Amino acid sequence: MKRVYVNEQWCLGCHLCEYNCAYANSPKAGQGLYGMVDALKDKPIFPRITIESTDEDASCADPSQTAISYAVQCRHCTDPICVKSCISGALHKENGTVVIDHDKCVGCFTCILVCPYGAITHDDTGAVQKCELCLKNTAGKPACVAGCPNAAIVFEER
Amino acid sequence: MKQYVIIGNGVAAAASIEGIRSRDSQGLITVVSKEKYPVYCRPLISYLLEGKTDLTRMQYRDPDFYKNNKAEVLYGVSAEKLSSGKVELDNGSSLPFDECIVATGSDPFVLPFKGLDTVENKYTFQTLDDALAIEKAIRKDSRVFIVGAGLIGLKCAEGLTGRVGSITVCDLADRVLSSILDAPTASIVQKHLEKNGMSFLLADSASEFKKNADGAYTALMSSGKSVDFDILVLAVGVRAGTRLVKEAGGKVERGIVIDEACRTSLDHVYAAGDCAQTMELTQGTSKVMAILPNAYLEGYTAGVNAASEDAGSPAAVFDNAIAMNSIGFMGLHIMSAGSAPEGCQVYEEKDQDHWKKLFTKDGYLTGFMLVGDIDRAGIYTNMIRNRIPLSEVDFESMKKLPNLYAFGEKYRHHILTGEV
Repeated sequence: MKRVYVNEQWCLGCHLCEYNCAYANSPKAGQGLYGMVDALKDKPIFPRITIESTDEDASCADPSQTAISYAVQCRHCTDPICVKSCISGALHKENGTVVIDHDKCVGCFTCILVCPYGAITHDDTGAVQKCELCLKNTAGKPACVAGCPNAAIVFEER
Repeated sequence: MKQYVIIGNGVAAAASIEGIRSRDSQGLITVVSKEKYPVYCRPLISYLLEGKTDLTRMQYRDPDFYKNNKAEVLYGVSAEKLSSGKVELDNGSSLPFDECIVATGSDPFVLPFKGLDTVENKYTFQTLDDALAIEKAIRKDSRVFIVGAGLIGLKCAEGLTGRVGSITVCDLADRVLSSILDAPTASIVQKHLEKNGMSFLLADSASEFKKNADGAYTALMSSGKSVDFDILVLAVGVRAGTRLVKEAGGKVERGIVIDEACRTSLDHVYAAGDCAQTMELTQGTSKVMAILPNAYLEGYTAGVNAASEDAGSPAAVFDNAIAMNSIGFMGLHIMSAGSAPEGCQVYEEKDQDHWKKLFTKDGYLTGFMLVGDIDRAGIYTNMIRNRIPLSEVDFESMKKLPNLYAFGEKYRHHILTGEV
């Protein structure tokens, strides 16, 4: 199946993917740039993709190297431990994609406790969020990839 | 065609069905369900009281789960006796089996408090029926007294917050959540709960219950204090459901002893979930770890092995069980995993809203405790469960913030550029 993969050497660390993700999954999604400003400007954002960057996290910095950054989002594991650990049955697989039924989720965060990649996140109300490859929102395909200016993340079959 | 009998109908049982069906699409599966409901996850009952879920949404699997998996469920039936190749039921019939999976969960135990029989309004908090009975009993002005400040007692208290007049919780231990938190972290949690209206009587226990003339009750505490209440919830603790296996001559300690293939000491009998006892990875001792992820992983493993030909080495193993918990109370999240073994080193960070403790020993991360900031904690859990040596990780970076960079380029590329 198609997944989002990272080309670390092309990542600029610009965080656009985080903004595009937060917007694509917001109630204002699909309303163009004005909608994006409305949804994100001056607000804390809760994307389902996270940039790790040696530039920004001093604890990772190694002055002898050029800065490294890359995006992390759900790997849609073949055998996902989050699904097996979910107490409510909210997390499940649909055609290979790990998706969450928000009606069933009670926000216990057991999935965050077990995801080996730190890929499951939550919003400010405590609701669990995860990458569903934008298959359920208006973007229809990963908004992080569509908006990446440098092909540092790609959506493809490998 | 193999005949499978699964005793119990909780998450471990559902996982057993899925494990069996991953290998055997034809065998006959019969589930013996004491409760009259399809599989639901017991920890959800506090969310039911709270209104965060309902009877439909709390179903663990689709309505067609049993049908799609060709499993027959006998509702309202208990297993009475387990013997070689046969389970006897309380309705007088018996079920022959080739493979049996015991997923009997645990039952609350009730201490013989003096005067307890004078309290009509008393409940345990373990099953959906318990929650529905409490739901029916509470009024806006009910004074609720909960005995036990562990996970069950406090989740019950949270579920009732805002729905009753007052909530008082007592525990013999000197802190809340004594099974998962140490004293300093427990005190943060306690303050948070008190701010949300709960009252605590810790290091104290009820010595006697009395019914008063007005129909309400009073608990006399060993400290000399007393608590007036209308509704009593007993959440002292649970016991693994070991009876069937014990009486059949199987090896039982605190729970049914199982190996990494989830086999009991009895031939063709497996056990999974809260009734079972298995090796805890970070301590190397066999323990009952009554948590949902382990129930699923054991149930699935038992199912796969039950459905496979016995060819010496088991088809599936679950050999990295650790104790772990993620629990939240009114917006405050708490996570713990693994253990703090004797002589371990402790890395600690704290400020007003968060507290982090990481435990390392002999070159491995063995456990952690997080209060408040829990983001990406699974990266730590993975280090514990998969025994990733600290020498392979930039732990200086990792201990401040869980990240994938600290594992180095090879691991990172493996995860982010390929299928995992």
